[in-house]
Amino acid sequence: MNGLRIDNKVIFDIIERGSRVLDLGCGDGELIYVLAKEKGAKVQGIEIDDNEIYKCVEKGLSVFHGDIDSGLAEYPDRSFDYVILNQSMQQVKKADFVIQEALRVGQKAIIGFPNFAYLRARFRLFFKGRVPITSSLPYYWYNTPNLHFLTISDFKDYCAQKTIKVVSSYCLNEKRQVRFYPNLFALNAVFLVTK
Amino acid sequence: MMKKTGAGIVKTEYFTFAEPPNEMKLSSGKRLGPVTLAYEKYGKLNKNKTNAILVLHALSGDAHAAGYYEEDKDPGWWDVMIGPGKALDTDKYFVLSSNVIGGCKGSTGPSSVDPKTGKPYALGFPIITIEDMVNAQTYLLDHLGIKKLLCVIGGSMGGMQALQWVASYPERIQCAIPVATAAKHSPQQIAFDEVGRQAVMADPAWNNGNYYDTKEKPEKGLAVARMVGHITYMSDKSMEEKFSRRMKEKDYSFSFTADFEVEGYLRYRGDNFVKRFDANSYLYLTKALDYFDLSGHRLIPKGKNIGVRFLVIAFKSDWLYPSYQSQDIVRQLKASGVDATYCEINSTYGHDAFLLEAEEETRLIKHFLSKTFHGYDVARAYEI
Repeated sequence: MNGLRIDNKVIFDIIERGSRVLDLGCGDGELIYVLAKEKGAKVQGIEIDDNEIYKCVEKGLSVFHGDIDSGLAEYPDRSFDYVILNQSMQQVKKADFVIQEALRVGQKAIIGFPNFAYLRARFRLFFKGRVPITSSLPYYWYNTPNLHFLTISDFKDYCAQKTIKVVSSYCLNEKRQVRFYPNLFALNAVFLVTK
Repeated sequence: MMKKTGAGIVKTEYFTFAEPPNEMKLSSGKRLGPVTLAYEKYGKLNKNKTNAILVLHALSGDAHAAGYYEEDKDPGWWDVMIGPGKALDTDKYFVLSSNVIGGCKGSTGPSSVDPKTGKPYALGFPIITIEDMVNAQTYLLDHLGIKKLLCVIGGSMGGMQALQWVASYPERIQCAIPVATAAKHSPQQIAFDEVGRQAVMADPAWNNGNYYDTKEKPEKGLAVARMVGHITYMSDKSMEEKFSRRMKEKDYSFSFTADFEVEGYLRYRGDNFVKRFDANSYLYLTKALDYFDLSGHRLIPKGKNIGVRFLVIAFKSDWLYPSYQSQDIVRQLKASGVDATYCEINSTYGHDAFLLEAEEETRLIKHFLSKTFHGYDVARAYEI
């Protein structure tokens, strides 16, 4: 297939052909590039890292070099079918604001994040008394880019509280979807949400 | 003799148009004619004339953007970017570099002879705007038979011309690359320009602009203006790296001679500038910069769909045209549904970076141009 990571593969499958997509924290643009190429999606990205921006431009992608915390004010309401916030939401300062903005400019938002309640994470904290380090949370406390730590259940609570509708959710381990006690067995989660 | 590689040996050409009674109409309502534009060409225009790039220069620039004059050892001002295999690849593209009206580098400006009086225009030259510069360039394009440009590109004042091109003639452009520029001059930018103008006008030799036939020229005033300019083109960090507090002599002179290298540098730059630049042109061009304002819906009229693609480039340490101004351009474009990529290059050179950061600029521009020229394999967010 297109060689995408499992979470990106899930997102790729969610997005319909020809959709307008904004990827917040698009990295080197791999996902939006594949979306554009294989699904004719009309894509744009925002990325803060210098080097990643160069890679995006080399791919011919339309990208904005900046941080997503400063907002999406220039985008009119509903200017995208999907706004992706995959593995970037936990790294922004104002996560709530960014999610609300994503849901303003996009019909739907796709939000992916590492699950802090993954079994091994719980194990490390409970038995070893150490901050979790897992394959989806691979950092030490002193070098992690993550500012927010949440679990699948936390995110569901958040959506309920903010009256955000969960259209579907995908709980993932390294290779596939996890259906059995996902908050315990999933490394990452991808939520498709709408207002 | 050294080998002159890149764009090779080049020469400036001149095109004269708007002969009376068909003078060019200016933003001020006045008319100007005949008008001459100096320009240079690099590379070959293809059969369908689809590979033309228009390069636009900054305040003190000229048409000599690349290659060498027969007698010179230094190349044009953006030679690092223009030539075979470079960002503006002359093996693929036809690069046209146009001077501006109001200047003093071969195009009609205050130092040109007014055909009505047989004397230099001096302050009789009408005030011109960036829009007027661009309108003059359309005559040149028509003369060369170029209906549509692959790209308009320029830094600083050149970036403003690029933006003006899009505002005035969007149908004639495929993509635009404004570099280190702004959609409007801020009060700080106007203030620096005014200091420069006041320095020129305070020089007794300026004589209300009438110095073309006098022995003394307003060199002191223009040099001071240029010194202020140079400070704004650098950054605190680049000045620290370049000069620090290094002295010209071992010890303080305990006088007002140039003790520090930075003083010597500014004096040298100022003195050099007056040899190649006309004081009145400095007044006219800075005024054109200050009048520039394509904010709001002036860049793209409300409800108008344009097919121009943008690559907007800013530099982190540029405090004369800070990156927020480039971001504002991009925000304006996005709000109008125009496809735009924005990149802030991490440089310590300040505003001068657009002339110096060739490697980073090349990485961005080369790909962007080639995708525009050969077509994208990916759909863009705002496909029209």
